[in-house]
Amino acid sequence: MESLIQFFSQYGSEMLVKTWEHLYISLIAVGLGILIAVPLGVALTRVPKVADFVMGLLGIIQTVPSFAILAFFIPLLGVGKVPAIVALFFYAVLPILRNTYTGVNGVKKSLLEAGRGMGMTGWEQVRYVEIPLAIPVIMAGIRLTTVYLIGWATLASYIGAGGLGDYIFSGMSLYQTEFILAGAIPVTLLALLTDLLLGKVENWVTPTGLKKLKEAA
Amino acid sequence: MLKFDHVSKVYKGGKKAVNDLTLEFEKGEFICFIGPSGCGKTTTMKMINRLIEPTEGSIYINGENIMDKDPVQLRREIGYVIQQIGLLPHMNIQENISLVLKLLKWPEEKRRARALELLDLVDLTPDYLEKFPHELSGGQQQRIGVLRALAADQPLILMDEPFGALDPITRDSLQEEFKKLQKKLNKTIVFVTHDMDEALKLADRIVIMRDGQLVQCDTPDEILRNPADEFVEEFIGKDRLVQARPNIQTVEQIMNPKPITVTGERFLTEAIQIMKEKRVDSLLVVNEFNVLQGYIDVELIDQKRKKATKVSDIVEPVTTVEAGTLVRDTIRSILKKGMKYVPVVDHQQRLIGIVTRANLVDIVYDSIWGEDEITA
Repeated sequence: MESLIQFFSQYGSEMLVKTWEHLYISLIAVGLGILIAVPLGVALTRVPKVADFVMGLLGIIQTVPSFAILAFFIPLLGVGKVPAIVALFFYAVLPILRNTYTGVNGVKKSLLEAGRGMGMTGWEQVRYVEIPLAIPVIMAGIRLTTVYLIGWATLASYIGAGGLGDYIFSGMSLYQTEFILAGAIPVTLLALLTDLLLGKVENWVTPTGLKKLKEAA
Repeated sequence: MLKFDHVSKVYKGGKKAVNDLTLEFEKGEFICFIGPSGCGKTTTMKMINRLIEPTEGSIYINGENIMDKDPVQLRREIGYVIQQIGLLPHMNIQENISLVLKLLKWPEEKRRARALELLDLVDLTPDYLEKFPHELSGGQQQRIGVLRALAADQPLILMDEPFGALDPITRDSLQEEFKKLQKKLNKTIVFVTHDMDEALKLADRIVIMRDGQLVQCDTPDEILRNPADEFVEEFIGKDRLVQARPNIQTVEQIMNPKPITVTGERFLTEAIQIMKEKRVDSLLVVNEFNVLQGYIDVELIDQKRKKATKVSDIVEPVTTVEAGTLVRDTIRSILKKGMKYVPVVDHQQRLIGIVTRANLVDIVYDSIWGEDEITA
């Protein structure tokens, strides 16, 4: 207990900085992932042949170990936060893309026909029909990805990105349990809190009609 | 209002869905496209709002070639109702009804006012505006589907088997409701169906198609009286042709003019005597002026003979038809309600005859064996 207090007094402020680093590396990667994957997922539903190919390709990339991906970006982008964010972004794209594609593809064709028959433009169909109906599936993808990425961001410290991974790695090499815990516990809490928060966001962006429909079913 | 000029549609692979169709319709006409599946009726309808583009020929709406218009703009000026209803589950009823108005950038208050106005047309209360599609019954949902197509006051409405997925009772009431609505609002309707009863009931003109070809385009009466060929006859069905026989128009012409009757003051024993003599199981009860009072039958007598002595004590009311009623309608009610007979009365309720199931046998017999009587 005493050592814990001592640890906090010594490293407390540094921990906050590391936590913040950790969070923003993960969130920037997820944010970029959403920005790219959601539009791409919608676009892919328009070209099913290309979609199969792209999904397959991304599936292969996903199987490459995260460490290898991180290492892969060192010769290209050097060390530091940027290559870490880029690598994590690659990891974020696939689950979000897949969920967006599945969600949008799952919208009933009759609803799209009704929309088109009423005179919706392609964009209006996406805006008023496809996205609102696919939101629960897309959000599920985003939540899952965010939680994973917060975990994976630990590894990013290996290529000098900072974050809570620093504590874990130094704890492991120095056989200092408190360092490992000082990294692992905040990471876990961060993941849980973010998931909770995103749950609220999901509830907020899901149209009332869909929520009621789910309750009724 | 709507004109097809040598319109054809050839799909990739050379399948000719619609072949050289030329038709013209007036404003306010209710047109039913009918035919077996794959006959091109839906393709024809979808070419009107360019969900499918014609390969050859042109379609004109109010003299304007639809290919010269922007398809999105064109569709917003044409109502569209589909079989699967297609209400958006995440929007409430108001948003669903006024969806086209939103696309047309109407302000919110005007959209709400219009939605209220439309809801009134189908006798739904304003509280429905806040409900969601899944909270409505199938019939109510399709009423909303129809309202959505009326929202921007489109003069032309396309309907693709809109009542096909509903149960028969709901379908019946929606058909009637919609027909009234159409007359009131004077819309031009293009209605695709495969149900001949529906087409006969709703259409001003029926377009019968087969294999992408126009077979016949005429009023329901004309199609029933003069089917263009054997295919049309087959498609309409013998029973409907029988009902439309031109030389048997009203019930007087097929009824038996001497129904067996009894007056109210006769005793039950006398009544049963008459039944035995005439070999019938029921009697029509009339008064001294031959005004129909009702009927008695052997079961009634059997049940009540202990307490009652006179015919007037046990007489039961009976469904009648008035002279001048079309045979078609009479047959329908006999068959639908499972009645054994229908008394025919004049406008003062005086009995003038009776139509029994035996009369129906005669008509069917004539139509099968006495083809010469049906002069086409």
